[in-house]
Amino acid sequence: MAYNIETSNLATRESRIGSITGYIGSMSDLIEQTKCGTLKGCDRCFSQSSMCLAGCALAQLGTLRDVAVIHDGPSGCSATSVGEYVLTKQVADRDGLVNHAVYVGTDLNEKDTIFGSAESLKDITVEIYHRYHPKALFVSSSCTTGIIGVDIDSVVDELRQEITDVPVIAVHCEGFKSRMWASGMDIAGHAILQLVKPPKERTNRINIINFYGSLKKEITEMFHSFDLDPVFLYANASIEELETLSEAICTCATCGTVSQYLANGLEELYGVPFSRTINPCGVEGFETWLRGIAKITHREEVVEAYIAEQRALYMPQIEDIKKELQGLHAVIGMGPGYTFEVSRVLAELGIQIDWALAWHYDKQYDNGEIPPSVQFLDEHKIDFEASVADQQNYEVMNILNHFKPDVYFSRHPGTAVWAMKQGVASVFVADEYMIYGHKRTLEFAQTILNTIRNRSFERNLAKRTSVPYTDWWYEQKVDTFFEEGKDNGKNNRQAAV
Amino acid sequence: MAKIIDKQRYKCAMSALQTVQAIDHAIPILHSGPGCAAKLCIEAGTSGHYSVNVFPCTSINEKDVVFGGEKKLRSTIENSFKVLDADLYVVLTGCIPEIIGDNTGEIVEEFQMDGKPIVYASTAGFKSNNYIGHETVLNAVFQQFLEPAEEKIPGLVNIWADVPYMDGYWAGNYRALEDLLRKIGLTPNTIFGFDRGIENIKKIPQAEFNLLVSPWVGLSNVKTLERKFKTPYLHYPTLPIGATETSKFLRAVGEFTGADPSVVEAVIDEGERYFYHYIERFADIFIENRVMAKKFSVIGDAQYALGITKFLVNDVGLVPEKQYVVEDVPKKFQEAIAAEFKELNFGIQAEVSFETDGYKIHQEIKNIDYNGIPLIVGGSWEKDLSEELGAFYLNACWPINQDIIMNKSYVGYEGGLTVFEDLYTLAIRSFNA
Repeated sequence: MAYNIETSNLATRESRIGSITGYIGSMSDLIEQTKCGTLKGCDRCFSQSSMCLAGCALAQLGTLRDVAVIHDGPSGCSATSVGEYVLTKQVADRDGLVNHAVYVGTDLNEKDTIFGSAESLKDITVEIYHRYHPKALFVSSSCTTGIIGVDIDSVVDELRQEITDVPVIAVHCEGFKSRMWASGMDIAGHAILQLVKPPKERTNRINIINFYGSLKKEITEMFHSFDLDPVFLYANASIEELETLSEAICTCATCGTVSQYLANGLEELYGVPFSRTINPCGVEGFETWLRGIAKITHREEVVEAYIAEQRALYMPQIEDIKKELQGLHAVIGMGPGYTFEVSRVLAELGIQIDWALAWHYDKQYDNGEIPPSVQFLDEHKIDFEASVADQQNYEVMNILNHFKPDVYFSRHPGTAVWAMKQGVASVFVADEYMIYGHKRTLEFAQTILNTIRNRSFERNLAKRTSVPYTDWWYEQKVDTFFEEGKDNGKNNRQAAV
Repeated sequence: MAKIIDKQRYKCAMSALQTVQAIDHAIPILHSGPGCAAKLCIEAGTSGHYSVNVFPCTSINEKDVVFGGEKKLRSTIENSFKVLDADLYVVLTGCIPEIIGDNTGEIVEEFQMDGKPIVYASTAGFKSNNYIGHETVLNAVFQQFLEPAEEKIPGLVNIWADVPYMDGYWAGNYRALEDLLRKIGLTPNTIFGFDRGIENIKKIPQAEFNLLVSPWVGLSNVKTLERKFKTPYLHYPTLPIGATETSKFLRAVGEFTGADPSVVEAVIDEGERYFYHYIERFADIFIENRVMAKKFSVIGDAQYALGITKFLVNDVGLVPEKQYVVEDVPKKFQEAIAAEFKELNFGIQAEVSFETDGYKIHQEIKNIDYNGIPLIVGGSWEKDLSEELGAFYLNACWPINQDIIMNKSYVGYEGGLTVFEDLYTLAIRSFNA
């Protein structure tokens, strides 16, 4: 794809790379249709509340070091500022840093919808600049300002006349424009690309695009031992670090969804090679991920030594615990950046995947290729029943009710409890590094065993509460409310009769 | 006009979906963008019978913005009835359908005519904040779902108080208010929390009285009920925390409802003796651990700023510094609320500021002389400020991130003891490194 950082606006994932939010069938069929170009998504005539791209984009940008996010919208849009503040402080504290990032709203009201809010937005941004002296300002639109036609690009142009010492970036976050909140990840990436300066030199820095970097210390030590200097983003990344992302020797990532737009952009615009591999979950994932980095940075020898060391430490225990996991049945519900990775890890551990849901599906990334995680499943013939649903809880519950798996794996707030209300044990893979490398793969396997060893909590909860879905719904096919594209899978075996 | 929200203290009108969520077996149906509800349900305790993941939502997209979202709304409502069991469905509109002009009311009326238990409230985010949104949703239920009762039930009193979820203690407070009324021989009726729900909603028109315990939120609701069902109301502006306010509250309610004064006085006598039994036992700790100075500020909505201030002055014996009321109180209510802050023991008066800009509040507080270690009762925004000031800090106001509150209450004699516990736990912890 041709990157254009001269314009602040960015097309959605749907229109850029054809991503979809509705599909039912199997993994092998999904891949087959992706390759043949026959895969079409679909809408639903009944849907449940999910998330929006603004939440995603601004949550990423809001954790950058000492920045200000000005969210031009009614007070609900900026409600996320509450959690963002806590998160920013926690993550900075963990890294021994202080992060003065602020996230403010503009409390748009009815008058503004008639007369426009451009002037107030400008005044508020200037006021925030004077209050906090941020290192960069991100000025974001919302659904409302998008529809009433507030031109944030003009506002930002005017602001740049007044604020000349730090970058002011327009961020286009009309929540209705994409069914994929992951489009927000790209919007954040697009904002970052506008900050990046051309390289002055090549360094031994390695860009690591992740979320919050819970293993920052450990990973930093590892990369230092390879004579590489990691720069983590988004959380706590400083503007100086972002400006020089172009000077890195390599970019790698923990999640395709969060990283691919920015990482491909750094490669296309500045020649920073993107190590496109599966992510570092599981043994296979970790080793492939590290070897990809080693190849680009010519560190094969030290990396192989490190892998051998980790294998010696953990593989015997991993092999042992795999025996205990054999034959367990699982359902997965996560974003595609994890569903197609965690399914690989579960296969590696010998767990049977009854069904995997991805909250969206990318036919390709911005480099025009099928995501590595999906390629891996194809090459290794790992197949399972699969669907694509933007966190549609009723579909998940229908599937769980049919399969009654031993365990459900999820990653998004508020999702794990629903499996448990139906009596299914649940592992919440909240942290991006929960399955990272050999040691965490072992711990993950232990967590699964500990989770199913004592099912008291979910059994009691399910017994004493009721789920709100009708019996009628549990008798329907999962794709009942698909508007088109029903039965588009060759192997369409729906959960219910 | 747009204004700065720096350290946010309220959310938009559609956040009143939490008012619906607080009613057992009532579910909101959202005619909005896909992410609105997830952004609004940020408090602890929201994974109940229906959670944000379950709320039907039209998830308006670009096509709907151009061609209108009515078709999607109709299919979403229709299928909600098929997929989800609920006693009451409340359709709430977000910003987009109201700007593009979808006729949500008309569509909901079609379902009402089919006898479905469904109502509609206009809660576009730009119309008001969630305190007013709460009133809008309740009025929608009253207007569209209830009919006048054939006869009133003597002694039945509807209680309206905290805004669920915005007040972290709502679940416990409603139960505590019920208990107080029950003690003086009345029959309380509330609609929020455990096992209340639709049957209690249906009882609303039968009540002899409405009781509003809130400085301003809910006034339009009790007025609606007065107009529609001829039910007189008592507006009691102060959340009764501790002995002084609870006794005053019981006398006011008793007088208004005609409860037997000898019963009321007996309840007060027992309540105060109970309260001071514990205070007496722990008084030495309170007195000897008075490491905090005697001055405090509350940064919270009017309900808490006023309730906590009255308790800390009249029962704990502290002296108020400036108090901050932060939920964007409409101008017409401000004077009456400010007057309440002047009704304190020994002619003490608290200065009150109606301020929504957290930055300005923090700048002011940093310049206040608390004559020693201050006590700051506020939202999670005040944690860092308190650390900077070396203050004692109680996170009792929205947003609450420092405590998990399931059903704890600050109301009544019992609630006053709980505040004492929480306050002096802070003091004790400060010694225990």
